[in-house]
Amino acid sequence: MGLSNKSKEILTGPFSKNNPVIIQMLGICSALAVTSKLEPSIVMGISVTVVVAFANVIISLLRNTIPNRIRIIVQLVVAAALVTIVSEVLKAFAFDVNKQLSVFVGLIVTNCILMGRLEAFALGNGPWESFLDGLGNGLGYGLILVVIGFFRELFGSGTLLGYPVIPEVFYQWGYVNNGLMILPPMALIVVAVIIWVHRSRNKDLQEN
Amino acid sequence: MNRDSNTYTIVYASVMVVLVAVVLAFTSQSLRSFQKENEENDKRQQILRSINVQVQANEAKAKYNELIEKSFLVNEQGEPIEGDAFAADVAKAFGQQMYPVFIARIDGQTKYIMALSGAGLWGPLWGYISVNDDCNTIYGADFSHAGETPGLGAEIVFPSFSRQFAGKHIFVQGEYKSVAIVKPGKSATGQDYVDGISGGTITSQGVNKMIFDSLQGYVRFLTSQNQ
Repeated sequence: MGLSNKSKEILTGPFSKNNPVIIQMLGICSALAVTSKLEPSIVMGISVTVVVAFANVIISLLRNTIPNRIRIIVQLVVAAALVTIVSEVLKAFAFDVNKQLSVFVGLIVTNCILMGRLEAFALGNGPWESFLDGLGNGLGYGLILVVIGFFRELFGSGTLLGYPVIPEVFYQWGYVNNGLMILPPMALIVVAVIIWVHRSRNKDLQEN
Repeated sequence: MNRDSNTYTIVYASVMVVLVAVVLAFTSQSLRSFQKENEENDKRQQILRSINVQVQANEAKAKYNELIEKSFLVNEQGEPIEGDAFAADVAKAFGQQMYPVFIARIDGQTKYIMALSGAGLWGPLWGYISVNDDCNTIYGADFSHAGETPGLGAEIVFPSFSRQFAGKHIFVQGEYKSVAIVKPGKSATGQDYVDGISGGTITSQGVNKMIFDSLQGYVRFLTSQNQ
């Protein structure tokens, strides 16, 4: 890929040093809501990536025409319309995926990452950079979701993607699934642990 | 062009809204027939699952036509009435005292399938439940939901929950009792019961109420079949 250094920085920055969830603290609400299982976490990560990337491009193309006073409304309309179209297309051609997504469609529109990136990046940058920024932030968000979903499903239900992974003998020896992991507060604690580990490995991010 | 003028803002907003509305309306209209077919196949799959038959969406129509002998609506007195049981919106039909019945024949045995409709924690619940030809013993059940929490209430869609209903009785000594859903480890007196979902208490209670309320409308129909 012939990406310039700047483009590469825009794309990969959000994976770690500028991650939307653990650095910018955006999208926490949906990170809590959908991560009790691994599968919805993955689906949500992909959907947000697609929507942020395309909404970024559209807003970036329109950025020189949008009246400043109603820019948030314009962003919302673009995001909501895009999500609705994606949902309608899925309903027609991938019905099973849509059934899983139904809960999240609303969450995508209200996802703070979406509004955050449109407002902070797409309004001031060209379409290609905005596309990369959307892609990077969506993937960075998805990455954190998958990590949280992995731990919550593993310890909460003893399964991964619905398949049992903890051997039956463990249960016979007295191992019990931790029901607390499935409840939303544990997602917050897992996010906190991820932030803790991440900051301790990246000393420059620590604040005094 | 002054982007901060009132005229520009109003014109911009109006054009945007009209454009978006046209695009959305067009998408919705052009995809409607695909969506309708998907929804119908999904409904057929749900009905088939309630008689313990699992099929892919593309085979649902053929299998449904093969197994379901007839379908009709009954009223609270258990008498058949005019209407299309498959096309009926269950929640609306219940409101008008109309109850969809599907009759399936499996290995020479008749199974009566009844529709369920209720509410969970976040939104509607629905499902289908089938009974043997004694009109009392449950043969199978299937539950769906619009937006219950994944990992908690949403677990009601899995066979690990719905399979518990097979063999339970909805009448005890001729009296309508429904099947109770209790916290795992607890029991119910005077009626059959199954375990609810741990951590999905409100959804479990919703299913409990849904089965009780929905089957209540079928009581006359079931008892009249049995004579």
